[in-house]
Amino acid sequence: MINKKKILPYLLVSPYLVHFMLFVAFPVGFSIVLTFHKWNIISPMEFTGLNNYIRLFNDKTFIRSISNTLIFLVIHIPLQIIVALFLAEILNQKIKLRGAFRGAFFLPVIVSGVVVTILWQQLYGYDTGLLNRLLTGIGIGKIGWLTDPNIAMASIAVMATWKNVGLYIVLFLVGLQTVPTQYYEAADLEGANHLQKFFRITLPMINPTIFMVVILSTIGGFSLFIEPYIMTGGGPLNSTMSAVLYIYKQGFFYYHMGYAATLGLFFAFIILAVVMIQKKFIEKDH
Amino acid sequence: MKKFKSILFYTALTISALTFVYPFYWMVMASIAPENEIGNLTLIPTSLTLSSYSQMLDKIPIGGAFINSLIVASSITFGVLVFGSMIGYALSKLMFKGRNLIFYVIIFTMTLPFQITLIPQYIIMVKFGWIDTYWALIVPYLINALSIIMFRQYFKSIPDSLIDAARLDGCNELQIIFRILWPNSMPAIITIGIITFMASWNEVLWPLIVIREESLMTMPQLVTLFAVGGRAESQLGVKLASAVMLALPIVLAYLFFQKYFIQSMASAGIKE
Repeated sequence: MINKKKILPYLLVSPYLVHFMLFVAFPVGFSIVLTFHKWNIISPMEFTGLNNYIRLFNDKTFIRSISNTLIFLVIHIPLQIIVALFLAEILNQKIKLRGAFRGAFFLPVIVSGVVVTILWQQLYGYDTGLLNRLLTGIGIGKIGWLTDPNIAMASIAVMATWKNVGLYIVLFLVGLQTVPTQYYEAADLEGANHLQKFFRITLPMINPTIFMVVILSTIGGFSLFIEPYIMTGGGPLNSTMSAVLYIYKQGFFYYHMGYAATLGLFFAFIILAVVMIQKKFIEKDH
Repeated sequence: MKKFKSILFYTALTISALTFVYPFYWMVMASIAPENEIGNLTLIPTSLTLSSYSQMLDKIPIGGAFINSLIVASSITFGVLVFGSMIGYALSKLMFKGRNLIFYVIIFTMTLPFQITLIPQYIIMVKFGWIDTYWALIVPYLINALSIIMFRQYFKSIPDSLIDAARLDGCNELQIIFRILWPNSMPAIITIGIITFMASWNEVLWPLIVIREESLMTMPQLVTLFAVGGRAESQLGVKLASAVMLALPIVLAYLFFQKYFIQSMASAGIKE
């Protein structure tokens, strides 16, 4: 009886342990082994020493995929925070039909990225896309949203903002509601205006939410896949090649398993490093 | 003046809301418009036709893909709820050696970027012979770190006396979890259920890697390959019709349970 009681907790957590060994621990270990090999899965593994690492640092596409991700983040993060905060501030007022507005902003969040990407591919279309029709109508002329290498990544960043911002509006709303109303009342007594109240009270109080948005967006930026896969295939001129799309191409298009694993390992390191640096900044600020 | 201001305010708010809704409206309209009108379409096509839908149905097995998606997403959600609550229960209500270690390992796996495990996980699927089977789509997702953490946290708020009383009544541990804790944990179950189902319904990278056989494809994968490959023959209407079919089930569920969707996604976001 006592024995049974002792074993029971382990029985309950055993599915986790099996899953962890199989889908986390072993893959992490094996991916490190893979980085020293050349392998196409069919023929035997071939030990190649540091070849994959040397190749990585000379690979222009790898470097391009990192700079693409940085371009994405530099546009996506500020845009996301500004739009989400602005709309959350508005929804936090006493307004009519608040639930309906919130529901509308949230709609793209629940829809598959595949749907959003197919839809925006048409909106961004050069000849008959809605955006270019609108711009032509007001006399600006057509823009190569997805065909101009200088613009394509920015276009994807804008689309990603449109898709995710609803979630961050809701998170900011939760954050805004934690700000005690007495703070605003005290500020009113001292004659503070709207902007002062926003920068002196609201912003510092919702700092944790802002940092969460930054970290989630960073992880999201390095996870971009289906957007360039459907819209551009990584082009034009690799200008929308993302980290995950490049791993996918090396792994499942060319069957370079060793090199794809090396890419995966490096991208994972970069993500962890960037997130850790961001966290340091957060702690410093408090 | 005040009235003017409020009219201006609501106009601006409505315009920003339309920015998020109108593209979907346009997509639905374009999918039922004649192909040659899509390039000029803004509000309503001059005539309605289902030809895009019937052409799409001729080209891809979208019905089968819907069934596949339903089987995969339901199995994953069921597994995540059952395993998540078992593990969450052990971690919150039972004392045993190594409990904290397991908890920290779970937290650690949550921070591990998936980019590092993608290639080896594919190789495991190949070695198991699971390529082109439901197993590859379901098994790796049956256990989810975030759901374990959420169950653990929720169960902690349930008083031990409830569990002790059940034990005195002769309940075994599984009965305690599923008969006593589950009915008292509906908010957690709804939240985890919704985010898990949605995430697996919308997942596309992993199916693209492990499924090549068209009859086993889930909806997002089938629609993606249809849009990217040549089979839509650059017909916009047909592509958009397939996208509408993919969006429809989740949007319908969202219309009925909007509040739960928003709350669930928000609480999952905060936990992460």
